[in-house]
Parts: sequence; C-alpha cells; structure tokens
Amino acid sequence: MISNPAIAEAFSHLPDYLGQHVLVSLTALAIGLAISLPLALFSVRRPYLRNVVLGFASIVQTIPGLALLALFYPLLLGAAALTTSWFGFDFSALGFLPSVLALALYSMLPVLRNTITGIEGVQPSLQRAARGVGMTNRQSLFMVELPLAMPIIMAGIRTAAVWVIGTATLSTPIGQTSLGNYIFSGLQTQNWVFVLFGCVAAALLALVVDQLLALMERGAAARRKSSIVAGLLGLALVVSIAFVPGLFSRKADYVVGAKPFSEQYILAALMAQRIEADGHSVSRREGLGSNIIFAALAASEIDAYVEYTGTIWSAMMKHTDIKPREETLTEVRQWLQREHGITLAGALGFENSYALAMKRSEAEKLGIRTIADLARVAPTLTIAGDYEFLSRPEWTALRTTYGLNFRAERTMQPEFMYPAAGNEVDVISAYTSDGRIAQYDLVVLEDPRHVIPPYDAVLLLSPKRGKDDSLIAALKPLDDAIDVTLMRQANLRANQGQSPNAVAQWLWDQLRGGKPDAAKR
Amino acid sequence: MEASSDTIPVIAFDGVSKRYGPRARPALDNVSLAIQPGEFIALVGQSGSGKSTLLGMINRLIDPTSGTVWFEGENVQQQDPVMLRRHIGYVFQDIGLFPHMTLAENIGITPRLLGWDKARIAARVDELLNLVQLPPERYRRRYPAQLSGGERQRAGVARAIAAQPRVVLMDEPFGALDLRTRDALSRDYRKLHDALGLTTVMITHDVIEAVLLADRIAVIQDGRIAGLGTPQGLISDPPNEDVRALLNMPREQAQRLNALLRENGAR
Repeated sequence: MISNPAIAEAFSHLPDYLGQHVLVSLTALAIGLAISLPLALFSVRRPYLRNVVLGFASIVQTIPGLALLALFYPLLLGAAALTTSWFGFDFSALGFLPSVLALALYSMLPVLRNTITGIEGVQPSLQRAARGVGMTNRQSLFMVELPLAMPIIMAGIRTAAVWVIGTATLSTPIGQTSLGNYIFSGLQTQNWVFVLFGCVAAALLALVVDQLLALMERGAAARRKSSIVAGLLGLALVVSIAFVPGLFSRKADYVVGAKPFSEQYILAALMAQRIEADGHSVSRREGLGSNIIFAALAASEIDAYVEYTGTIWSAMMKHTDIKPREETLTEVRQWLQREHGITLAGALGFENSYALAMKRSEAEKLGIRTIADLARVAPTLTIAGDYEFLSRPEWTALRTTYGLNFRAERTMQPEFMYPAAGNEVDVISAYTSDGRIAQYDLVVLEDPRHVIPPYDAVLLLSPKRGKDDSLIAALKPLDDAIDVTLMRQANLRANQGQSPNAVAQWLWDQLRGGKPDAAKR
Repeated sequence: MEASSDTIPVIAFDGVSKRYGPRARPALDNVSLAIQPGEFIALVGQSGSGKSTLLGMINRLIDPTSGTVWFEGENVQQQDPVMLRRHIGYVFQDIGLFPHMTLAENIGITPRLLGWDKARIAARVDELLNLVQLPPERYRRRYPAQLSGGERQRAGVARAIAAQPRVVLMDEPFGALDLRTRDALSRDYRKLHDALGLTTVMITHDVIEAVLLADRIAVIQDGRIAGLGTPQGLISDPPNEDVRALLNMPREQAQRLNALLRENGAR
C-alpha cells in the first residue's frame, strides 16, 4: 500500500517517536497542571502573589521554546553534580527530564491565566450568595466559583495541551526522542517527507488530545457521564501509545549519539549497524547540539559518537595556535583522557574541517583561489555561515589573520546555505566532507596561513565504555577506513534523499570492497 | 406587634455605627433597634440610606465599626460567621441561585453544608418546593436558567428557609418582578412567615409593600432610624415631615389616580 520508501521508513519510526512524544508531552502537561492549578487557586485571592505568578509565567512564555529546553540541560547537569556530591546519587540531565521540566513550565501560563480570570469572572452576586447560604471561602471556591469557571479553565488546559505537544518536537536536540526527530533529521538530510510527516503527526496528536479534552468539557457542562468517560478512555488510549514501544523493546545495550547534520546521522547509523551486527542492541540519540553531546558523553549518558579534533582543539581546549594533524590528534587524545576520562578510539580517516567556499564560476571570474585572494574583494561580498560557524574561534582567527571584512554576514541553515552560494550570498562556510560542494559546483578556498585547525573525524567512547572490548571490537573496522571522497559521496547520497540507514549500509558495502555485507541482518 | 418587656429580642442593634473609610460619612450612625420573635419588620429608605448595611450586620456579611449586634441573646461578633449564616435564611435581591446546580441542589445547599443526610435533604427539598408551589416532580431537576423570574424567586425563598431557620433576612426580594407576580409572591411569603413562625427583616423600596406586609416599619435616613412603628401608627402620627411624606405617598398616588379616573368619566 505504501509504495514510497521514505513514507514506509517514516512509518517504521512512528511507534518509537510517537510513543516518546506522547510520554514526554503528557507527562509535562500533567506536571504543569499539578503545579499551576493549585497555584492558581492559592493565588487567586492574593493579588500580590497572583501578579508575581502571572508575571513569571508570562516571562517564561517569552523565552523561545528551543532556548528554554536547551537551558534546562546545563541547569540539570549542575543539579546532578550537586546531588552526586551531597546525596551520592546521580540522574540523567539529558533527554526526558529537561524536556519534561521545560515543557511543564511552558504549559503553565494558559492554565494559570485562565483559572485566575475564570474565577475572577464569576459574578460577585454569586460569591455573595455563596457566603450568604453559609459557605466558607473554600467551599465557595470549590462548590461555586471553580465549577462556574470550568469552561474557561478547560480552554486554558486545551491551549496548554496544544502548545506542549507542538513544542515537544523541540526536545529532540536535547536528547529526547520525539516527533521532532522526523523534522530535525528530515531538515538535515533534505528528506521533506520526513519533515512533513513529523509536522502532520504532531498536529494530529495535538488535535486528538484537544478534541478529547473538549469532549470531556462538554460532558461536564451537560453533566453527561458518558462523554466524560469517553474522553477519559480516549486519553487513556493516547497515553497507552506511550508504553507501546516499551513493551516491545528492552533497554538498549549501547547508546550512540549524533549531532544534527547528515554526516553524523550516517556515521551514527553505521556505528549502530556494526554494533548490532555483533548481536547487541543500540538506541540512537540524534540531533544533539555540539556542547550537549560532549557533556552527555562525558557523563556516560551516551556511549559513543563521532567528534572532530578541531572542535575539541579550539572550542574546548581553547587553543588559538594551530598544529599539524598528527600532533593535534595526539594532544586531543591525551587531553580527553586526562580531563574527562573519554577514550579516543580511533580516527575514521577523513577530515571534516571548516572551510570557505564559493561558486566555482564566481571564484574564477574574481580570480579567487585562496582566502588571501578573497580578503581583497571581501568588502563587496556577503558571507553566510551556519549557526555555529560565525561564533567559533576559527572565524575570528580567519578574520584577523586575513583581514577579512565582508559587506554583510548572514546566518543560515546548512541546507539552504549551499544552494544560496553564488545567488543570495557570495561566500559560505562549508564543510570539507560535504557532498554538496560537488553537487553545487563549489570550490573550497585554500588556507595558506593554516588558520583552520585539522578536523579529523574521531570516534569517542564514554568513560564507562573506555575498556568495553566488545564495543571497541565492533567499531574497529571503521578505524582509518573512510577517506574524504567516500564520505563526500555518502553525504551526497543522504542529501539526495536516501535515509541515513541506507547510506550507512552503502558505505559499509564500499568498505567491504563493494561486496554485499555477509553479516547483514 | 408591641414588644412585651419579658421577651428577649431575637435581633438587637445596640448603638451600632459603620464607616467604610476613616473619612467617609458613616453609613450607619449610632443605631439601636430591637426585633421581637415572630415579627415582620420592613426597612424602608432611599438607596444609600444604610438599610442594606443594617441587614448585612445580622448575619455578619458586614461587621460594625462600633456598637454591638445581638442575635438570640448573643453578640454576633463572638460567633462563627459561617455557622451564623447557615442558621439565618437570606433572600438576595438578585436571587443568587447557582446556575450550575439544579433547583433541588440549590434549595438543599445549606442543609448539605450542615451535613444533613441525603434522604433528609431530598425530603426537605420536596416539602419546600410544595410550600412555594413549584411541583417537585416538574421542578426538582431544572436549572435556574429554565425558570421564570417569579419561579426563581420562589426557589430563592425555599432555599432561604431550607435549613429551618427562625430568622429570614430579605434584601429587596421582589424588586425585580412584575407587579402581579410580586403581589402574589409577597402575600404567599407573609402566609409562610405566619405559618412557620418566622422572624423576617425585609428591605424594600416599595412603601405599599411595606405597609401591606409588615408588622412594623423602620424608616432609615442618612444612617439613622428616622421613624419606627406600626404602619398605622407611622401614617397617623409620623415623627417628622420626611416620614410623613414617604408614608403618605401611596395614599396620594391613589387619590391622584382616582381623580384622574373621575375626570375621564371612567367608572
């Protein structure tokens, strides 16, 4: 029935992604309600507290969802460090917990505001009547004001539910699997079917929950028990979706991480396939931000991922000088082990360094071959960088060393940046292993003064797995096996819509000499 | 009804004053008034005269600034306001039936707050619905929005007397009703008052209503009692010009009406 392989693959992830999405968003909603409803009732008759509470919730609402979610990661990491030193226990600061807390906070404003305005909106004459018939303030609140405010409160709860389910897609970058996995990986691999699938699934889920809540609300208003029961049953059914994946999968033996770009998805898939080929189960945490993924590895919340030496060299070790490839690798390896207990298990054999790239035709027309050539004409040109590049030390070093000074600097998503080169912008920050360099006929400008450090792709293992022989053995075949041409081809395949799993399989076949994988399961 | 010296007043105001702000003109200024058991007393006066403040002090919806209010021989300031209100019926000007409760739930609310068992409440609700002429089988399950104004106010009266109070306070109970409903309802209420041996304190703008229903009338003016007595006594011997003018108004209106009818040759 489903002929499109992308749709079929999207459906194959649905139980996991949808289940996780339901779990995280409904847990957040439940916690949010459990806090904001009593808080609203407590503060409704205390004008000062009410203003403070509403003010706080409004401020939270102005924080962009992605930032709020990301902020909870370092916060919880600090908290986990405290509980470890004080009480001797530790908890995962990645994924579920920060997502739930941030989303719960996000759900509070509509519930607080609607509960308070709903109760305040009850006619004063009815409040007087409640006192007159002999109700205490509490009885008046629960027997008269709360029931009368219920439609408005329910409207708030429904708004919160829709917001939380929508925003939960943003919990993917902090390590919580959600329907956002479709969107983030789809954006990276130009798999628009995935992006659309994730959006539609999240919207449908929001719609279903909203309508079930509406059904319960109407049932309560009309005192129809059947509607309330039907609504509750429906919600229970939705909640049960969250536990479906749990029924069929046990906790994975290993967790492999990936940053949010296609090369990382491919390499994570490749690692997962190798580990699985040895008979272990693997779960993947994909789309993690650069700092989050490193902290997660250091905390042994993920077991392995691919990092680049230059990133560690300049962003973490804070070096400003540049050393040759081998020396950098050695120093990075020592530093990782010494400072974080992280094992550098091997280099994959290619570099994915930052570079500046231009449309070939434009570069030839302007006679630009190196960054030094570029500096002469830069004031008339526009550069686009990805979110990270323009705030990285390499960019600062490039600018000062070559005296680069562009007419304008723009920040773009990589997938829009490459096609923009030679059109909306003149120069882009590119990755040397990126398949799109060939695809869009770009040239990588030379760096004669060696400002950009080497960016060898290296396999990192968490402190917990540093001596895990079966893991090391499973990943051994990847050591020094992938050259930059092969990686570019693989990346190009991903950009042309092949799934990371399929590309990883293709890559493995290439490594095996183009023969089909005997161990393929 | 004249108070005999050996009965204890059910409600007594003793030098009661109320100010709503330190510099505000007193809403009540040193008022003293004793209300006897079984009495039906009407408080008449203009808006802002202080009559609502006076009524609200009886069940502590309002507390006095100075002076003492006595209820059944006890200082109300020393009683729990919630329990006091459960034992005093109150009929609100805007009726105040709870829109999310059926008639039966509305009427049974005070007994429920007092912890009566369900069967007793149900029996009491039916008894009251009959008493206010709303057949229980037709009205029990209705919501306030499904009733006419008159039916709602009957239900309001039933709610006020549900927990068998000895005292009922009424704040312009029939003010919003059309004239015919109002006349029928007020006479029905007076019958209930007599049959149940209630003590009733009623605020009204309507001097005719006060004269026709009440045993005594207290005319409130600028926070003081300007006149107090039986309707006949106040009409025949008003203590001042304002009270005379107020109580004569119905008669003057009737005379003007008669004159008008005669001029037009009507019967």
